[in-house]
Amino acid sequence: MGELRLMKGNEALAEAAIRAGCDAYFGYPITPQSEVLEYLSREAEARTGMVVLQAESEIASINMIYGAAGAGKRAMTSSSGPGLSLMQEGISYIAAAELPCLIVNVSRGGPGLGTIQPSQGDYFQAVKGGGHGDYKLIVLAPSSVQEMADFVRLGFDLADKYRNPVLILTDGAIGQMIEKVELFEQLPKGGTYQKPWATTGKTKNRERNIITSLHIDPKEMEKINLRLQAKYREIEEKEVRYETVKLEDAEYVLTAFGLGARICKKVVELGREKGYKIGLIRPITLFPFPKKLFADIAPKIKGILDVELNAGQMVEDVKLSVEGKTRVEFYGRMGGIIPTPEEILEHFEKIFLKGE
Amino acid sequence: MAKVKGDIVVDIEKCKGCELCVVACPQDTIALSDKINKKGYHYMVKIKDNCTGCENCALVCPDAVITVYRKTGKKKEKVATITNVQKDMTLEVN
Amino acid sequence: MDETIVKTEEQEFLEEEICVAENLVYRRPKTLTDLDLHYCPGCGHGVVHRLLMEVIEEMDIQDKVIGVAPVGCAVFAYNYMNIDMQEAAHGRATAVATGIVRVLPDKLVFTYQGDGDLAAIGTAETLHTCNRGENILIVFINNAVYGMTSGQMAPTTLPGMVTTTSPFGRDVNKMGYPLKMTDLVAQLPGTYYVTRQAVNNAGNVRKTKKAIQKAFQYLQQKKGTCFIEVVSNCPSNWKMTPVESNKFVEEKLIPFYPLGDLKSPKEETK
Repeated sequence: MGELRLMKGNEALAEAAIRAGCDAYFGYPITPQSEVLEYLSREAEARTGMVVLQAESEIASINMIYGAAGAGKRAMTSSSGPGLSLMQEGISYIAAAELPCLIVNVSRGGPGLGTIQPSQGDYFQAVKGGGHGDYKLIVLAPSSVQEMADFVRLGFDLADKYRNPVLILTDGAIGQMIEKVELFEQLPKGGTYQKPWATTGKTKNRERNIITSLHIDPKEMEKINLRLQAKYREIEEKEVRYETVKLEDAEYVLTAFGLGARICKKVVELGREKGYKIGLIRPITLFPFPKKLFADIAPKIKGILDVELNAGQMVEDVKLSVEGKTRVEFYGRMGGIIPTPEEILEHFEKIFLKGE
Repeated sequence: MAKVKGDIVVDIEKCKGCELCVVACPQDTIALSDKINKKGYHYMVKIKDNCTGCENCALVCPDAVITVYRKTGKKKEKVATITNVQKDMTLEVN
Repeated sequence: MDETIVKTEEQEFLEEEICVAENLVYRRPKTLTDLDLHYCPGCGHGVVHRLLMEVIEEMDIQDKVIGVAPVGCAVFAYNYMNIDMQEAAHGRATAVATGIVRVLPDKLVFTYQGDGDLAAIGTAETLHTCNRGENILIVFINNAVYGMTSGQMAPTTLPGMVTTTSPFGRDVNKMGYPLKMTDLVAQLPGTYYVTRQAVNNAGNVRKTKKAIQKAFQYLQQKKGTCFIEVVSNCPSNWKMTPVESNKFVEEKLIPFYPLGDLKSPKEETK
């Protein structure tokens, strides 16, 4: 059994970064995730020698990640929606140069400066690109403080394994809530993956290493695009993660990620008490999306209610996955409003049982 | 007597004929050739045998195409060399 | 009868083969790759690339150096420099360099950036990197114009200077004044050595090389940010011959951007 602590989501994530052997964190303060930078500034250097630097902007911090990851080190940053928007250029470069790193979005309500209350409005930004060009991030969506810690370790491993940036998409509620968390043991700094491609200084016994995303020859550029796409297909094949609740006999399926899924677990409970056969699918990896699970279950059920803290973003992937084989409805609140289990159940009854 | 004698070797295929070396040469040793290289540039050539190996041409060359040699005259013990051209024989007089 | 030639020492000296290894005084540094540079004829980029590689070869620090290339004409710098390099997003080279040097503090990290990259889009990164005193060398090529996008106004374009986006000359009332980044960074306590050099003639090339040598020595001693501006040319976009462009550097650019050290550490002479 690992060490048990009562921690805030953001602090658990920061603690996990130290324990996962992160070499460097570059970040910029933004609510609701500033505790990550604060915790690391306090704890990290003395414990593992980890570099922690407050950059002048999110643009600078993501490019510092590029440099440190290109030098073969485990690097991470965290921010919230507005900061992530600034980072998109750098993220595209990192994905193109195939640099492993961890990016965290503790999201808040938008668009624009929006609100500091929790939201899931950055799903498209996280999953569909955000930056320019054909690239994919591996996107993990924790729904508890425990997963805030665990997904840091998982995220670094996936990043190193596929030489791909990993994004943890969470929100202000998970970041700020305090829960019990079992922490994993301290891992060796820098992880254990060999990185012979890293720029560490050209020695006599090897050719020079170049980190770049520039390939001016269209044939070369297409070749690289094809290689990236092949990698993304491999990730889709091997790395899909999800959680299901009472799916075995379900006639209706709720689906939600992160914070939304926590609320929907309660909806399943309340619905079952009333005799409704409801289950839940919680995608944990938003990319790769659990397409097959949805495709397989669609013909066996009467409908899916997708619940999000946005105007309906993941629901598009659900619809793409079921290919019209079942009815897909959406319920969402925006602007930092968190829906209650009761209102979700009421909506479910209205559209599926009362036929409104 | 000449104290310093230089020479240059030019990688003419890398030369872009920018002429910066021509301006930099204090001896007017070099000029652009009438001929062109594979890139289509007139390349630089030595037109006089008065190079001192000062390196100026190489220093201003943006394409690093010039190699410079310089020999400084040393006081030697021998005073003359007599070469018998037909018999290919050399005799040093001390 | 055999013909006998008697040569004097001078004659012998003159006729001796000069191009032999023992007489070699200058050759292309081996730290430059064999690729032909893509730069236009007469472009100062080639000279500064070569000087960097000469210093790296002479100081035998190829395995210690990591370079960061910009976006701009020098985006392909990594094709020519036979060292480990990273290519940064536009303006972000010093942030990338910060990332590298913070995790590899014993390496000698330099950025190579143009005026658009460093003094326009990358102003914030440049100033803050210098202000933190990151132990890196910033090489700043100032040719007063956007080269790669073919001749638009740069932050360093001179007042009245014609570019494709200041077709009637830079009107400082509408377009702002030339930004003297080197003067700015010299004010920051994080910078250790700040100098402005040029490569428009052999003498200035020699001085620029000395500046690069010093900067790498300071990096070895972990002294903080070294900043070398190189006032350079852009014959193609200035619509001049290379020779005319270097004359323009001498007559117009250097008077506006005077050469010399703006911040020079007092050498320990004791």
